[in-house]
Amino acid sequence: MIAPNGLYEEIVIAGFGGQGILLAGKLLAQTAMKAGREVTFMPSYGAEVRGGTANCMVIIADEPIACPTVSQPESLMVLNKASLSKFGPRLKPGGLLLWNNCLIDSRPELNGDVEMVSVPADEVAVELGAPKSANMVMLGAYLQKRGLLTPDQASEALRDVLAERYHKTIAVNTEALRRGAEFAVCHA
Amino acid sequence: MSARILMCGNEALAEAAILAGCDAYFGYPITPQNEITAYMSRRMAEEGRVFVQSESELAAINMVFGAAATGKRTMTSSSSPGISLMQEGMSFLAGAELPAVVVNVMRGGPGLGNIAPSQGDYFQATRGGGHGDYRTIVLGPSRVQELADCMVLAFDLADQYRITVMVLADGILGQMMEPVVLEAKQRRELPPKDWALTGADGREQNIVRSLWLGEGALEELNNKLQAKYQQIQENEVLCEEYQMDDAEIVIVAYGTVARIARTAVDKAREEGINAGLIRPITLWPFPTKQISAAAETFRMFLTVEMSCGQMVEDVQLAVAGKCPVLLHGRPGGGVPGVEEILEKIRQLTIRTGAA
Repeated sequence: MIAPNGLYEEIVIAGFGGQGILLAGKLLAQTAMKAGREVTFMPSYGAEVRGGTANCMVIIADEPIACPTVSQPESLMVLNKASLSKFGPRLKPGGLLLWNNCLIDSRPELNGDVEMVSVPADEVAVELGAPKSANMVMLGAYLQKRGLLTPDQASEALRDVLAERYHKTIAVNTEALRRGAEFAVCHA
Repeated sequence: MSARILMCGNEALAEAAILAGCDAYFGYPITPQNEITAYMSRRMAEEGRVFVQSESELAAINMVFGAAATGKRTMTSSSSPGISLMQEGMSFLAGAELPAVVVNVMRGGPGLGNIAPSQGDYFQATRGGGHGDYRTIVLGPSRVQELADCMVLAFDLADQYRITVMVLADGILGQMMEPVVLEAKQRRELPPKDWALTGADGREQNIVRSLWLGEGALEELNNKLQAKYQQIQENEVLCEEYQMDDAEIVIVAYGTVARIARTAVDKAREEGINAGLIRPITLWPFPTKQISAAAETFRMFLTVEMSCGQMVEDVQLAVAGKCPVLLHGRPGGGVPGVEEILEKIRQLTIRTGAA
């Protein structure tokens, strides 16, 4: 959407159920809220989630947000191939695509002037000994690349979005966010 | 609890109901409102209040009837097909003049339809829904904060008028997360529930019923109900007017659509088009007076709704032929975008010669 007055960043995060797509989106939304922004988070819900693709839409803005659903995102994080086919073509011209090259074997072919960042999200997470944290690696890379919010701000918000029984993973998720950000600095 | 927290609409309204003093929740699962039942199953137990996952929607609404008859604050929630199943019970609640809160997180219909957001239950909600000559108060919030805030209002209105109050949300509002501040709100001063079934020891027995067989008895009850509805129409209308002073094109929209329309109005203004928005917050009682007053000046009215022309009928009744009333409706899960509404506004400027 056009926003001549201020920030209006529409983001889609997509992958398959179990990759922590919704958690990454909630963390992004929580981080933005704590930074004083207007924010909405919209999950895919119901039958669509089971076994298929999972996705969520986050909008971060300086003004009240009209609709929480996103048709043309400025930024897209895709963690598997099916999500790339589904959302890749919807990316706004001039937008930012971060793709997980561990599960997407060939470089995405998208029309228009799109900035593409290839992130080995699963590989980095496995190196950390936390294979489930690939979502955080991806989010860290996005935060670094986009520059709206910092990975440190995101790690401070982990406590708010993780259920208490997962608070023991805060350290490793913080590290995953940091590694993702480092990767974005070094390789893109 | 006065910090800004990120919550989905379903959970926010559930917590707000607890803060509003909801004593008993009864519900049966259906998407897209399952978070309400799930949240209540945990929180009501923590609060030492009543939670029952019923065996059906019919059971849930009749449990609400039973709890309401004892004078307790009670609610249920469901989504469109489930709300249809509850209509008999809602008619009984109206006949027995019991206060209750029903949340409908609307999804696409008719039939089982789909699980996408919709506003297709407007007629059912605002016309009573079940059999007989009755109404329910209907609140149509458009943000998660407003959804939470209207829960205490819903319980207060229910108790004040001994009526069912429906909170009419949709799949987007229920599922989306937005920052919200939850705090206990000041309640209205309410009449004592001297009609409730609390045990007749030491007083005359109270009777709660919706069967009135005596000659003239039902007509008398209906006249009493109508007088009550008249009072509600006079006192309880809520409506937001936005950029209306010099508006030549007036969008009328409620709920999720209203927040999208509001941005479309802003964009239209940036293009030099004098657009405005009337947002009914109570759908019944409908802001007929406000819309009628707005139609005293010649303007184009455009109703935008996620249905094929339901609220537009109330707008037409209010405008009463004084101005043109047009419709942009999206059924079955279609959500009108900002650009889509803006384009409709632009088309109207060609007709009016505005801008």
